[in-house]
Amino acid sequence: MPPPIRRIVVDETPTVVEGAPTRPAAAPAPRPARRAPRAGVRERMRIEGLGVAYGGKPAVRDVSLEVRAGEVLALIGPSGCGKTTLLRCLNRLTELTPSAVRTGRLVLDDEDVDRFEATQLRRRVSMVFQQPNPFPMSVFDNVAYAVREQASRRPRKADLRGPVEEALRRAGLWDEVEADLDHPALRLSGGQQQRLCIARALAAGPEVLLLDEPCSALDPRSTAVIEELIVSLADELAVVIVTHNLQQAQRIADRVAFMYLGELVECGPADQVFSAPRSARTRDYVSGVFG
Amino acid sequence: MAVAAAPRERAALAEPSPSWRRGDKIAVGLCWAAGLLLCALAAAIVLYMGYKGLSLLRPELLWQRPQASADQSKTGGFLDPLIGTVVLTALGTAIALPLGVATAIWLSEFARPSWLARAVESGVEVIAGTPDIVLAIFGLVLFQQSFFAFLSLTAQGNAVFGRSFLTAGAMMALVALPFVVGSTREALQAVPRHVREASYALGKTRAATIRRVLLPACRPGIATGTVLGMGRIVGDTAIVVILLGASLQFSRVDGPPVMGDLRGTGSTLTSYVYNNSPAGEGNAPEKAYAAAFVLLLVVIGLNLAAGRLGRGRAKWKS
Repeated sequence: MPPPIRRIVVDETPTVVEGAPTRPAAAPAPRPARRAPRAGVRERMRIEGLGVAYGGKPAVRDVSLEVRAGEVLALIGPSGCGKTTLLRCLNRLTELTPSAVRTGRLVLDDEDVDRFEATQLRRRVSMVFQQPNPFPMSVFDNVAYAVREQASRRPRKADLRGPVEEALRRAGLWDEVEADLDHPALRLSGGQQQRLCIARALAAGPEVLLLDEPCSALDPRSTAVIEELIVSLADELAVVIVTHNLQQAQRIADRVAFMYLGELVECGPADQVFSAPRSARTRDYVSGVFG
Repeated sequence: MAVAAAPRERAALAEPSPSWRRGDKIAVGLCWAAGLLLCALAAAIVLYMGYKGLSLLRPELLWQRPQASADQSKTGGFLDPLIGTVVLTALGTAIALPLGVATAIWLSEFARPSWLARAVESGVEVIAGTPDIVLAIFGLVLFQQSFFAFLSLTAQGNAVFGRSFLTAGAMMALVALPFVVGSTREALQAVPRHVREASYALGKTRAATIRRVLLPACRPGIATGTVLGMGRIVGDTAIVVILLGASLQFSRVDGPPVMGDLRGTGSTLTSYVYNNSPAGEGNAPEKAYAAAFVLLLVVIGLNLAAGRLGRGRAKWKS
């Protein structure tokens, strides 16, 4: 059907349509308050001279870094600088890429990660991805899957209600899904799906939580909710987040590591990296000269 | 606004406008004609069979056993072929489903060494392209070997008959297999890589991921392929005529109750239609029409089911 034709009548007084009232929801995402330096921060993982190459082409070169429990470490840098590859090394997900070769040493609680079974390591170093990726099962089963042993259906649903509820509460999702635990997880909104993925990762009982641009597919409201969640999770876990969004890193990170062309250029407290970077390349990047 | 206008824009783009070249206009016209011709053909088959079938189908045909007679009024119904169709379809599906899903999983998730994966892929394609009459003859040669004597009747002098529900079902599985493999693979490939990685990142093994994440995700795809394969089994004639013996009634072989029946011969709706139509012995053409109508209903029903099942696919936000 063709669109209706409107004629402009010159003498008619035009009807002025008022814009929608500005609501607080339309305002930029509220910022989680940056916290005072946390107490009880301690080393959880240590990266020593880490290098990764895909098919002989280096993606990460000689990176040494510390991941500490009780703080959020943000990895920033332009696209292709190796920050996601670095993150994926921490739970040995790079091993799923046949062409990837890793060198250097990764230590979790004073033990080399290569001495762990990969499955055992990944329960301790859990990960949330860029795209929300709930499994095609109910909200409850998504979280329960992380708790259960491999493909087992045990423990039974009734016995898992406690841990599932706890994980969903920690991810700030419980109140929204309490009545719909049996609904398919793929019917949740994008933001809810991502919090479900965080709940799932938490249910495995990790010590380190890796987040690969967890908000890039989300709207500002959901982003704000997840940022608050990340800040609160860092009280009990070591959190490493890869982000493209410098404002996000500024809002939530305690420490920031800037990577460029596979190298770690600078790592330090967030305030220092953003306000008084030691390297010229960091200064150019955080001031938007390139990106 | 832009979203609402999109379908209209698309419709406008599809309409040949004066600026189109004449060759393009003719090509578009041919595309339209091809689509309409197919619709007309399908409608003609369904309407003709519907008209004939409804006028000749009587309920008692569905529960009377067929009888051999030169007089059409004494030839009974087609209960045995109807049950035969169900049994053969169930047997073929029971073999094709696990085999097809396993093949698709291997091809999609493992596929190493790559030369073997290529060989398996070609194998499935060859099976899909093999005429069913060739499969039937091959099956007969294969199942007449003494090694497979347990699947069918062994005549005096230890000659293996090679024709039975079991042997026909095994070959029917090959007819359905490419459909199951194809749509399961397609469904597996539609699962984004990060969904698999999300499962590995929870400390799950590849086996657990396949079992609990990938198989549930491609259940609608598996169901679609299976139902399409069932449709092909229901409609197949050559394998029934050659490997099932196409005896009018069930002809069981000595043995335990179910096994004895499955080792025996029988018929299906397709062989019943063939044998009773003027193309075959032609002694009960009216019943052939009625049976063909029932057969068409079953196949259309299965295709509708395949379409519905395919709609339930898991969709991740992109």
